[in-house]
Amino acid sequence: MEFVLTLIMGASLGGAAGYLGTLMLSQRMALVAGPLGHLTLPGIALALILGFDVSLGAFPFVILGIIFIWLFEMRTGLPMEAVTAVVFAGGVAITFLFLPEEKVVPALIGDISQITFLATIIVVILSLTIFFMTKKIYSKMILAGISEDLAKVQGANFRKYNLIYLLGIALTVALGVRIMGGLMTAALVAIPASTARNMSKSLNQYSYGGLILGSLACIFGIFGFRFTGLPAGPLIVMVGTFFFLVSLGLKR
Amino acid sequence: MKNDLILKVKNLNVVLDGDEIIKDLAFEVKERETLIILGPNGAGKSTLLRTLLGLVPFSGEVIWNTKSISYLPPQELFQRKGLSPLSIEEFFKFKNVSHQKILDIILAVGLDSSLLKRRFGAVSTGQFQRMLIAWALVDEPRVLLFDEPTSGIDVGGQETIYSLLHKFWLERNLTILLVTHDLNIVWEHGDNVLCMNKKTLCYGKPRDVITPEGLEEIYGTGIKFYKHQHI
Repeated sequence: MEFVLTLIMGASLGGAAGYLGTLMLSQRMALVAGPLGHLTLPGIALALILGFDVSLGAFPFVILGIIFIWLFEMRTGLPMEAVTAVVFAGGVAITFLFLPEEKVVPALIGDISQITFLATIIVVILSLTIFFMTKKIYSKMILAGISEDLAKVQGANFRKYNLIYLLGIALTVALGVRIMGGLMTAALVAIPASTARNMSKSLNQYSYGGLILGSLACIFGIFGFRFTGLPAGPLIVMVGTFFFLVSLGLKR
Repeated sequence: MKNDLILKVKNLNVVLDGDEIIKDLAFEVKERETLIILGPNGAGKSTLLRTLLGLVPFSGEVIWNTKSISYLPPQELFQRKGLSPLSIEEFFKFKNVSHQKILDIILAVGLDSSLLKRRFGAVSTGQFQRMLIAWALVDEPRVLLFDEPTSGIDVGGQETIYSLLHKFWLERNLTILLVTHDLNIVWEHGDNVLCMNKKTLCYGKPRDVITPEGLEEIYGTGIKFYKHQHI
């Protein structure tokens, strides 16, 4: 039963992350999930020490990290990548000052043992929320990549859209750390999107390709965990990377 | 506002980053009118169009008598490279219009329906500009704001673009606000012309306001021109 719950959780989150990832890749932000994943580490450490859900620990830290990045960028005028590096390095340092040694591996690469029914339901609902939030802003964000003025004339409200977008990323990262850990969350959004881009000729193929590939990578990775006992996070990354290599041969 | 007016602009001022871009501009546009906006580079023409669309903060009055407005920025401002996979048809679908409407307008601008399956960035400059005109018109706007529609297009292509615009103006009762450097267009298609360099330099019917002296004031140098005679 726990295995089925894990599969459902992985498939739904992998799909939502893959779909969001295609939008993030379009905005050249696919790697942002990496530093944000690192930012969750103090929250994961806290959750592991105090024994509550890692996603609950991760979420406030991602939000806090995004606020810090935004504030530091405004105050200093430094490029976003520079302030992100400062904030996420600080987050990682704090984690390793306090995290007990035996908790390091699950914090870094995730742990899908002991998945409960309630946790699965919550992840499925939040994954659907991420998907529909992303779908709502998708076309206007793509149009803005072509011409921001055209998107605005078509009624795009970028203050609202950016908030939805960042919230979607924060949720994905917070949920993703359970499966992937703080180290590899970026793989959930970046690899399926890159693979889908290699294989697509249209936006529909690309966006839903990212969703399907993200889901499949998680499903196969979790099956791999079941049969080999190896950690699911790295297996999911390996499956995603395999799909990517195959897509190179199918590049359109 | 009078019934036949579609746009009224009064005391329009735009200041961006402390620079005065538009100063005390005033003009009106009637339904089915073609207003040509002339001026040297940096005169504030493009900013004017963006201001009319509410994309730029301003003081003064901009009163539209319609919400059915379409806009095309200059072609150079469109990002065409490094985009996500996007077919031309999907680009049209951003406007939530039916496939039939898309097909009709694509054919009306003289393009082939097979273009719809092609990637957004993979068409020639001329085809791209026709496709943009189709995009601007697919949801049947009452007003079209067009910023330098022929930039980057060869002379033959320019003629085609203006012929197309004229055709749609006739067929669809369009009101057109057009930024251009092409004086021939002023004579051939302009009902009124607004010459500007931050402030209004001339405004009225082309035959009344476009003079060699006026052009020298606008562009700061002597410009030879041939006044078209309409019989």
